Amino acid sequence: MSMNLEESPTTEGEVITNYTINFGPQHPAAHGVLRMVMELDGEVIERIDPHVGLLHRGTEKLIEQKTYLQALPYFDRLDYCSPLAQEHSYVLAIEKLLNIEVPIRAQYLRVLFAELTRICNHMLNMGAHILDVGAFTPNLWIMDLREDCLNFFERASGARMHSAYFRPGGVHQDVPEKLLVDIGDWLDNRFFQLFEDAMSLVMDNRIFKQRNVDIAVVSREDAIAWGFSGPMIRAAGIPWDLRKSQPYDVYDRMEFDIPVGTNSDCYDRFMVRVKEVYESAKIMRQCLRDMPQGPIASTDGKVSPPKRGEMKQSMESLIHHFKLYTEGFHVPAGEVYVATESPKGEFGVYLVSDGTNKPYRCKIRPTAFSHLQAMDFMSKGHMLPDATAILGAIDVVFGECDR
Amino acid sequence: MAVLHSAPRFASNEGVIDAISETISVWLIEAHEAHGEVIFRVERDAMEKVLRILRDDHAYQQLMEIAGADYPSRPERFEVVYMLQSLTKNHRVMVKCSASEDTPVPTVTTLWPNAGWLEREVFDMFGVTFAGNPDLRRILTDYGFEGHPFRKDFPMTGYTELRYSEDEKRVVYEPVELAQEMRSFDFLSPWEGADYVLPGDEKSRGAPPVADPKTTEKPADTGAGKKADEAAAKPVARPAPDKKDSGKPAPGAPDATSKEGGR
Repeated sequence: MSMNLEESPTTEGEVITNYTINFGPQHPAAHGVLRMVMELDGEVIERIDPHVGLLHRGTEKLIEQKTYLQALPYFDRLDYCSPLAQEHSYVLAIEKLLNIEVPIRAQYLRVLFAELTRICNHMLNMGAHILDVGAFTPNLWIMDLREDCLNFFERASGARMHSAYFRPGGVHQDVPEKLLVDIGDWLDNRFFQLFEDAMSLVMDNRIFKQRNVDIAVVSREDAIAWGFSGPMIRAAGIPWDLRKSQPYDVYDRMEFDIPVGTNSDCYDRFMVRVKEVYESAKIMRQCLRDMPQGPIASTDGKVSPPKRGEMKQSMESLIHHFKLYTEGFHVPAGEVYVATESPKGEFGVYLVSDGTNKPYRCKIRPTAFSHLQAMDFMSKGHMLPDATAILGAIDVVFGECDR
Repeated sequence: MAVLHSAPRFASNEGVIDAISETISVWLIEAHEAHGEVIFRVERDAMEKVLRILRDDHAYQQLMEIAGADYPSRPERFEVVYMLQSLTKNHRVMVKCSASEDTPVPTVTTLWPNAGWLEREVFDMFGVTFAGNPDLRRILTDYGFEGHPFRKDFPMTGYTELRYSEDEKRVVYEPVELAQEMRSFDFLSPWEGADYVLPGDEKSRGAPPVADPKTTEKPADTGAGKKADEAAAKPVARPAPDKKDSGKPAPGAPDATSKEGGR
């Protein structure tokens, strides 16, 4: 600990030294279990040493013991605020190794629900960010919208949070027509009224701006060097979005803009997310408009299970079903790194297959690792309460960071 | 092979291997493209130089990830894989090297500041050291943890478990004790992939009989775990008494009930 001794004008000769405090692991603004050892000079942050790993569950090791399909639900439990976005990376990695075609309706459904996940995630993050800097009401309002999203997930997959809806080769089930109608209706008639109401309370709010503008400014060069992605790199003015630059599924058919920041501070990060919500809604509307009819899972019987009805009639389907849910499918040997644009940034899966039915190694690239690592350099020289604003704007979830 | 999948499509890999191989040829061991990924295997000691060339001359500005992997059968069992991304060329490559416990990999914290934690993670999980990393502490495992959990020879259950002790008023660590044996099912089809001989198969193949055929002679052999073994060892009921003629007639069927009492 570097000692910063100085004569205090007020305490008559008593010396003031640097002060080390523990932020977390149990702190409401830590967004989970983050422990930060902070060295303070008065109320100014000198150094932060984030201690992560308090939620480490060894997901990657567990995945090695499961078949490819059994490993899928682990991805819901990483970043539990945006479960489907992570399944997306994983199923695409498997599909890349298998090189199988995914029916177009399944691709549309995935994009639709990935964007709904993005909205869902941003509702939670923005609410929490606003709450962290002292405003209470908007969080309650947009949490209501998140509830709507969760209900949609439930209607599609049966589970509110841990959906396990995306499967290698497509999605688990087709959605009822009424659900698509209701999502469209929700976007047109409910979502934006409430969302805009909530945002109008903070976007031009004097206190909110004072807490966020010019906090944790990161230059473009630093954002690239620190491996930033997602809203963090876009707030730095770099229009980098994997949905646009490296499109997957049907993102190349979608028309949407990439919002970027100008000042690269916490306020910009927040505003990038606000604008992203509008873009996500745009993509969802296009999905609802253009989604064709057709199969929702690969027609390759060796990868995706047969329909229930077929199973009752056909012996071959029954065998396929049995084999898929016991042995699982074999994936050709090789290694891929597949990254998608999760709501928090680049979420990557490095999948090594040895040709058997279980992944040999599955390395997960969490978005939070790069961002949280930059916590020290971003908060240097800021005040202690700014740390919560910086943390809120990073959008960190420890299920994903610690794996 | 035609691309059928819908995974992220970045810029074409065409010519990338040649262009990069030329500049790093001194340290390059092998380069190939498979499943749409460009992978370079380079000498371990030159890792920093290679990545510097890739960053400065080939515009791979971002280090997205460092992944470790364990292949216990190899002489140098670990592999360290660097995922690079170019924002300007919209392209990704992987660069990897092998390492063992006592051969440190040169750090790349000199090139990218975010390599610090990524290297710490590989060190924590696999025990690969990085020469020059200024802060190579453990990162994800518990304070005071021993071992490197993602090695293939580290058991999935771990070695210790912890609980809150009401007596000591603190969390105590104890050796792990499972109520049931770890269940690891092998569903590999015996016709493709599985490498064990099923009991009986050895006869048809003319192969030498297996030394330890898979049979279950005692309930304790079923592999249900220690608790079940103990239960199985216990006698189920009192053994039947020895047969001895007591002289009395064996109890037969009761007499038929009288008509009156039949109700």
